[in-house]
Amino acid sequence: MSELTRKTAAELSELMASGETSSIEITQAHLDRISATDTAVHAFLHVDTEGALAQAAAVDKRRAAGEKLGPLAGVPLALKDVLTQDGVPTTAGSRILEGWKPPYDSTVVSRLKAAGIVILGKTNMDEFAMGSSTENSAYGPTHNPWDLARIPGGSGGGSSAAISAYQAPLAIGTDTGGSIRQPAAFTGTVGVKPTYGGTSRYGLIALASSLDTPGPCARTTLDAALLHEVIAGHDKMDSTSIDQPVPPVVEAARRGDVNGLRIGVVKELGGEGYQPGVEARFHEAVELLTKLGAEVVEVSCPHFQYALPAYYLILPSEASSNLAKFDAMRFGLRVGDDGENDAEQVMRLTREAGFGDEVKRRIMLGTHALSSGYYDAYYGQAQKVRTLIARDFANAYEHVDVLVSPATPTTAFAIGDRVNDPIAMYKNDLCTIPSNLAGNAAASFPAGLADEDGLPVGFHVMAPVMRDDLLYQVGAALESALADQWGGVLMSKAPELEVTR
Amino acid sequence: MTVVADVLPIDEALAQYDPVMGLEVHVELNTKSKMFCGCPTEFGAEPNTQTCPVCLGLPGALPVVNAVGVESAIKIGLALNCEIAEWCRFARKNYFYPDMPKNFQTSQYDEPIAFNGWTDVVVDGETYRIEIERAHMEEDTGKSLHVGGATGRIHGASHSLVDYNRAGIPLIEIVTKTIEVPGEKAPAVARALVSQLRDLLLSIGVSDVRMDQGSLRCDANVSLKPKGSSTLGTRTETKNVNSFRSVERAITYEITRQAAILSAGGKILQETRHWHEDTGITTSGREKSDADDYRYFPEPDLVPIAPSREWVESLRATLPEAPSLRRARLQTEWGFTDPEMRDVINGGALEYIVRTVELGVDAPAAKKWWLGELARAANESGKDLGDLGVGPAEVAEVQKLVDDGALNDKLARQVFDGLVKGEGTPAEIMAARGLALVSDDSALIEAIDRAIAANPDVVEKVNSGKPAAAGALIGAVMKDMRGQADAAKVRELLNTKLGI
Repeated sequence: MSELTRKTAAELSELMASGETSSIEITQAHLDRISATDTAVHAFLHVDTEGALAQAAAVDKRRAAGEKLGPLAGVPLALKDVLTQDGVPTTAGSRILEGWKPPYDSTVVSRLKAAGIVILGKTNMDEFAMGSSTENSAYGPTHNPWDLARIPGGSGGGSSAAISAYQAPLAIGTDTGGSIRQPAAFTGTVGVKPTYGGTSRYGLIALASSLDTPGPCARTTLDAALLHEVIAGHDKMDSTSIDQPVPPVVEAARRGDVNGLRIGVVKELGGEGYQPGVEARFHEAVELLTKLGAEVVEVSCPHFQYALPAYYLILPSEASSNLAKFDAMRFGLRVGDDGENDAEQVMRLTREAGFGDEVKRRIMLGTHALSSGYYDAYYGQAQKVRTLIARDFANAYEHVDVLVSPATPTTAFAIGDRVNDPIAMYKNDLCTIPSNLAGNAAASFPAGLADEDGLPVGFHVMAPVMRDDLLYQVGAALESALADQWGGVLMSKAPELEVTR
Repeated sequence: MTVVADVLPIDEALAQYDPVMGLEVHVELNTKSKMFCGCPTEFGAEPNTQTCPVCLGLPGALPVVNAVGVESAIKIGLALNCEIAEWCRFARKNYFYPDMPKNFQTSQYDEPIAFNGWTDVVVDGETYRIEIERAHMEEDTGKSLHVGGATGRIHGASHSLVDYNRAGIPLIEIVTKTIEVPGEKAPAVARALVSQLRDLLLSIGVSDVRMDQGSLRCDANVSLKPKGSSTLGTRTETKNVNSFRSVERAITYEITRQAAILSAGGKILQETRHWHEDTGITTSGREKSDADDYRYFPEPDLVPIAPSREWVESLRATLPEAPSLRRARLQTEWGFTDPEMRDVINGGALEYIVRTVELGVDAPAAKKWWLGELARAANESGKDLGDLGVGPAEVAEVQKLVDDGALNDKLARQVFDGLVKGEGTPAEIMAARGLALVSDDSALIEAIDRAIAANPDVVEKVNSGKPAAAGALIGAVMKDMRGQADAAKVRELLNTKLGI
């Protein structure tokens, strides 16, 4: 493998700045790596070779012309297939959008382009971001580069697998209930869910509007922060976008100091149902932070136990409405349009053929939960729970700066293991969901490998709304403390992938 | 399809039943851009040229609220004496239709921007207070066009096309509370209400209120209850009635239709009905049932709206005076009697007269044209005054021609006839129809000479001290001139000639 694909985004940036390499060279190296490994990993749904090389050439030209470029200009990136990119196929992992080329860029993509970041292609995901394993993709599962028989996590499995397979140094994910953090944990990478409204949802194919948050995926904390800074900030195209300055995430990632920081361990996120190896790595990480001068206390968030059921009412309710537009009228798949069927039948046939089981399941759940006579019992009640969870956070943040927990109760499980047990699948997101319901910031950082299976464990940090910088401060401290132990970032411990030539 | 249902004569229907009505009036706002995106709202553009990812509901696109739309909604609420919500939000109304881009309509549900208002309408000198339940914001849908059939309706069409230009245009839906008006007045009160709403919306400048272009649309709910009973009957909802006259006719029709069914022991189905302008009847649309579930929930893509009290008050300050006060003032200014003013209002001519007077025409003259010529023409063609193609500007132009002596009233009436028939501008019509008054003295003097020569007996009467007899000579001159002479001028010249 080319050494270039081993580099972090920050390192690549320096190499380009010093003229040692070019964006074309870097981009080509990653495209080569994709073609060598993606048959096995299946991180990508679409590789935009031509587009990526053109963007790389354009950046090189600007650099050669002496233009002042952003820190990530020329660095390649893998984009979750749920964000629109003008003229590039975007499917959200669903058959119903097969071949659809959006006529517009999402705000995240516009900002990536403006920063000169090279978009390599679109990464695999659970259909419409529904799932915790990337097995629900209509285009087949993604494999975890640490163990190809295992899932990479979901729904952003493609993005996390791409960076852990060294196919890209950076990726974009979206997090509705943990879809950035949970795959980050399972692949030993960094995944950040910014504050809801801190990054724009414009052009993000909606799963659940009140929960969806785009965010950065990377192999290091600093890389994630650099990418965070590019995509975050107010967007007038998104009414829920927060009109405030982006928190100083890069500065926090560079500082990485936790001395005097008050850290709360959430009592409810641990114990029964948590894999011993996961808990062991979590407690080690907490100890490390204590040694670095952090003050650690146990904190109770009593309503977190209702987060999962509340989430599984709110999400399908919003999703059932958001997915109604997939009706074969204006874009995407169209089945049965042979002159024999009327509009409603074409709609029915298209949805039958175009949506997978999990999507249909959640549409039915959501439709039921919103229907008259049930609204108060389900959706209304879930919204009340949501308020209580936000209050738990608020109370906790009166005593501590950040909250921590394991990112997931277990390490990555085997492909096919939980396909027939939706509830077991849903439980993967136990730790991550409360932050989505409350809208605050959260991230998963590598915490080592579980003793029993040698797979990555994620350390979960949660911070108040618009205090995303605190995540990076903790993540960077942990990363540098553990680097001594591992001889680099956790990814350096990953087994080599067999490459096909 | 158009089977005429048996109806009871309206008198009989109203002898047995009391009508209960409710109106839902949809108003398209005249904002420059759509409710949730920046697309233009111009009427009549090429199909699908005024669209973007947002109003097409493309995956990923998000709405952003048009502040001018909110401002207009507040103005309408205030004009209808409503309370303005301190905090409100949008909701999603979920239902499927091919011309609905998102398959949900972004609307307001239990948290409307304006609520609990009222407005007074006057019918035959009687004032009726109509209570307003709410006025809420929503977006319009696209338009389906059914192609390949003879009728343009979906039946018999080979395929359908959708135009999304209208999708996302801001709408305000004004919903009345139940209106219980003494029997026979009900349809007229409904008509007066819609007419008054149009006047009101026009005066605050938030909508073009063109019923023919669909920017004002009315759904009429009607039910009957047996005289003396307090139990409400089953209601029907007649959709998209698009003229004042049709509102009155459709409600009258529903009263007579429902009465016929009830008096025969039948049951009214709760359903939507379609109004047919040509045949004057309603036919069944789809049956409404409890299964009609819109699964409303708060729109998560939009943040709530909390209009500050300062803003609301500043908007209140921009509103024109209340209609009832304004009418009293206008009546005084114009010097109209009560019955005259009532005719103006009932005739739906108030705003037209106001605008005509603003153009310099005196009020009685404006009233004469609008209530005389134009109301008659509207009545004959079954149109509303506003849809005749003659506006205040034309009326003022004709009146100026009269004032300048180029036309007299009789000729002016012919000019109006030409205007209604679309024959061009007043000047063009005068030229084409040869209507100008003859102001050339020599032509008049020649005609006077002819009249004197032809009526020696009349001349003798005048000379023998009966100047009133000269009227016959004037008549003869006017006849000679085929009406195209200024009668005052003729009198003046004749008097000179006869030495009186």
